Amino acid sequence: MAAAPDRVHLKLTVNGEAQPVSFAPYKTLLEVLREDLGLTGTKHGCELGECGACTVLVDGAPVLSCLTLALECEGRRIETIEGLARGTELHPLQAAFADLGGSQCGYCTPGVIMTAKALLDGNLNVSREEIKAETAGNLCRCTGYLQIAEAIERAASELRGEGK
Amino acid sequence: MSKRLEVVGKARRRVDGRAKVTGHLRFADDLSAPRMLHCKLLRSPHPHALVESIDVSKAAAHPGVHLVLTKSDFPLPFGIMPVSIDEFPLTDRARHVGDPVAAVVAVDEQTANEALGLLEVKYEILKTISDPEDALKNPEPRIHDYGEQGNIHRNQSYEFGNTEEALAKADHVFEDVFFYQGNTHLPMEQQATLAEIEGDGRLRVTSSTQNPHYLHRQLARVLQMPDSRIRVVASPNGGGFGGKCDPANHEMVVAKAALLLGRPVKIGLTREEVFYQHRGRHPVLMKMRTGVTKDGKLTGMHLQTLLDGGGYGSHGPASTFYTGVLTPVTYELPRFKFDACRTFTNKPACGPKRGHGTPQPRFGQEVQLDKIAEKLGMDPAELRLGIVNKPDSLTANWLRVGTIGLAECIKEVVARSDWKSRFRKLGHGRGLGLACSTYMCGAGLPIYWNKLPHSGVQLLLDRGGQATVYCGATEIGQGSDDVLAAIVAEVLGIDTDAVRCVTGDTGITPVDLGSYSSRVTIMMGNAAMQAAEKVRAQLAEAAAEQLEVIAAGLVFSRGRIFHPSAGDKSVSFREAVELAEAKFGTLGAVGSYTPPKPPGKYKGAGVGPSPAYSFTACVVETEVDPKTGWIHVPKIWIAHDIGRTVNPVLARGQVIGGVYMGLGEALMEEQAFRRLPEKLSHALVHRMPSMLEYKSLTALDMPEVDVALIEDPDPNCPFGAKEVGQGPLLPVMPALANAVYDAVGVRVDEIPVTPDKVLKALELKSKGLAPRVGPDHFPAVPYPPPVFVVTPQEGGDGKESNVQERKKRAAAAVV
Repeated sequence: MAAAPDRVHLKLTVNGEAQPVSFAPYKTLLEVLREDLGLTGTKHGCELGECGACTVLVDGAPVLSCLTLALECEGRRIETIEGLARGTELHPLQAAFADLGGSQCGYCTPGVIMTAKALLDGNLNVSREEIKAETAGNLCRCTGYLQIAEAIERAASELRGEGK
Repeated sequence: MSKRLEVVGKARRRVDGRAKVTGHLRFADDLSAPRMLHCKLLRSPHPHALVESIDVSKAAAHPGVHLVLTKSDFPLPFGIMPVSIDEFPLTDRARHVGDPVAAVVAVDEQTANEALGLLEVKYEILKTISDPEDALKNPEPRIHDYGEQGNIHRNQSYEFGNTEEALAKADHVFEDVFFYQGNTHLPMEQQATLAEIEGDGRLRVTSSTQNPHYLHRQLARVLQMPDSRIRVVASPNGGGFGGKCDPANHEMVVAKAALLLGRPVKIGLTREEVFYQHRGRHPVLMKMRTGVTKDGKLTGMHLQTLLDGGGYGSHGPASTFYTGVLTPVTYELPRFKFDACRTFTNKPACGPKRGHGTPQPRFGQEVQLDKIAEKLGMDPAELRLGIVNKPDSLTANWLRVGTIGLAECIKEVVARSDWKSRFRKLGHGRGLGLACSTYMCGAGLPIYWNKLPHSGVQLLLDRGGQATVYCGATEIGQGSDDVLAAIVAEVLGIDTDAVRCVTGDTGITPVDLGSYSSRVTIMMGNAAMQAAEKVRAQLAEAAAEQLEVIAAGLVFSRGRIFHPSAGDKSVSFREAVELAEAKFGTLGAVGSYTPPKPPGKYKGAGVGPSPAYSFTACVVETEVDPKTGWIHVPKIWIAHDIGRTVNPVLARGQVIGGVYMGLGEALMEEQAFRRLPEKLSHALVHRMPSMLEYKSLTALDMPEVDVALIEDPDPNCPFGAKEVGQGPLLPVMPALANAVYDAVGVRVDEIPVTPDKVLKALELKSKGLAPRVGPDHFPAVPYPPPVFVVTPQEGGDGKESNVQERKKRAAAAVV
């Protein structure tokens, strides 16, 4: 009865790289990322789908990794905060969050940046109202959200080629 | 130091900004170690119960389990304050649902959880004390065997000048009862701790703590180890807000487990457990009797508070004081009487949350001022402007108000919100409300009595031109590392990139008391300035020799050192370090900071004094739907007297973050409890221990916030910089309540102000009854005879004036 649970072996495509990984089949994507792949940039705030801290992109769409079985992600494109920068160059969202106060304690930051990335990947001309609606599932206790929205707007402007 | 500021006051990417946006920043639960084991706690399902027995045999035999711990493994208690050392890491008497009674350490969390289910605990259920009135009525069973009496933890009374006389002389006396519901910090990061034995055999505890120094001391106490054998590392906190100030059960438990097993042991609390750890805002019932002249001057106030402390002492003795001591700091209040009582109840312990004890009376005071202004036919802003405290004055309770930019703050929000043409003129359903507040820049006394500095900094310069600064201060997201780097960089004329901060590690860094009471910028900052000025003097001497000028006039700017009279000659900072190192040897200095002695000399005068006070004024706009009671807040204007802004990006973020948290408290956040049905256990359980049910504002709920930072540098503060982490939260709740009144003419005299309460008040109004919802009475609390202190204005000496008489009366009262 106490035998270790069976493990599954598969490849997950994380940040563009196929990673062989072995884990118990009941594990969530959040657990596999953090515990089996060492990608602790993705955080947990509730593990019940309430806070958005664990948001990653799967096939370009934001998902709550705490409610997603890692098993379901085989063959799908997983993006996490660790894969966002190009070499040492920050993604415009990362730079804007760091420069404009979008990140205070930094705990919700990976989740909200990934949510914002999905938003901007789909539309660089987002309005403040769209930003608020799209990030409403990412709780933040530090910033009061305004500097997050401002950072997303700055990044959108950068990505539109309107850099200062 | 007369050069223009080059770092302080300039918007910059915070020094730890990059790590936060790349996933590099490692919070406590992001850590792991070879052979690491996992710990889970068994928590009591009963609010008040004795543990009769725990059979651990099945759990201990469960495959993968390495250790089971219970109360018998922890003979010694701990607690944040020396007067409330009342918690055991694992208890044999549960004082609230969620109180930990046993721990399991296993190969993984899954196995540990399974083993928790195999622990067989027999409880003897005790009667539950559910709230302060219950606690006053039921001295038995006592939740603790210490405290004042029965279930009263703290009970006190202070009178500064004859307050009844002051009220009798007033043209009007306003009497109000207010209630402020408890709420919790809800940091995004759940607490986590990793304990391990380092290579040299010493214990290292890495934890999401705001106060590594206090945790260090309590670990030494509980584990009975020399402090030097323990190293506490504060991991970056994923939000604190006061919730990670107390040393916590789980920290003690994993430390003990790591020592017993010789292996790393980690624990990460679930979100539900974070609600049980709590230490959040005390529910407070308040009664305020305030005397006012017909032209709007205050003559005196009698404030009574009753706190629901929950199951443990925590910071409660301080919290109790804070429900009153800052009340006289904003406005001229010639006489002040303050009675306060904290009761134990069978709920998770309350403690410090952003504003620590002061938001509750601030809410009452500012709503009452709104009522006063209306009764006197005065504009609420004008009324306040007429009574703002004078700079460098002493309050009735002997607090020294240094710089005070409150009048400017009021004028700023009045102008920006177009208050004069909009207040009481927006029509039914829309309103404006104004409120003000103050907060400390650090507590004047440490939590345990000592004469040592509150903050220490060590600064080392290396010949590559890097400054490494060590300080025990803790980065909880507020930006303390950035403040530290900025202050050192400003003094030395270098960029923050050339400063490396090493903080919050009791094995390496000089003691700083921790991230609480908005003390870090002021205390750490002053210590850092002192250290930086010492090395600057050495650099100046060496550079002056090289440049053949006198050291006194040297300017340190943008990585160079030069003398205005010496033409283009200059040395780089790096060259100056080499010259000075050649001259003096390895370069380094320490700095430390101790706050000024409090002016008050009476017992209890130590709570409230601060090197400086910040001030804030706020206007909230509301749209209230009279059909549903729904409150929409489109915009908030806020002005904060910050003394000097260190980094405008971070300062504005702290203000908006404070507004956000205050608005959440004002509208929806509640740490509330309910009784299970009689046929279940009738236990008192948390109504909503989840992030879904504990309502907080989302991006969609957040209004536009117009922030003004008022700069009037305070001489006690580094470069004049006051606090900004807590103060801006304080005026939001009363301003919201006042704005609801302006919108629909009803008073909700309790927090949170929810739609159902607005509707209820509107219904009362429609029936011609008093349009008010709030507490209807203040119970008879057996406050002791007051400590009487003559006020500074009336020639007092700061001491209690009738000690003998009071003691006689107190003794008589006991009989």
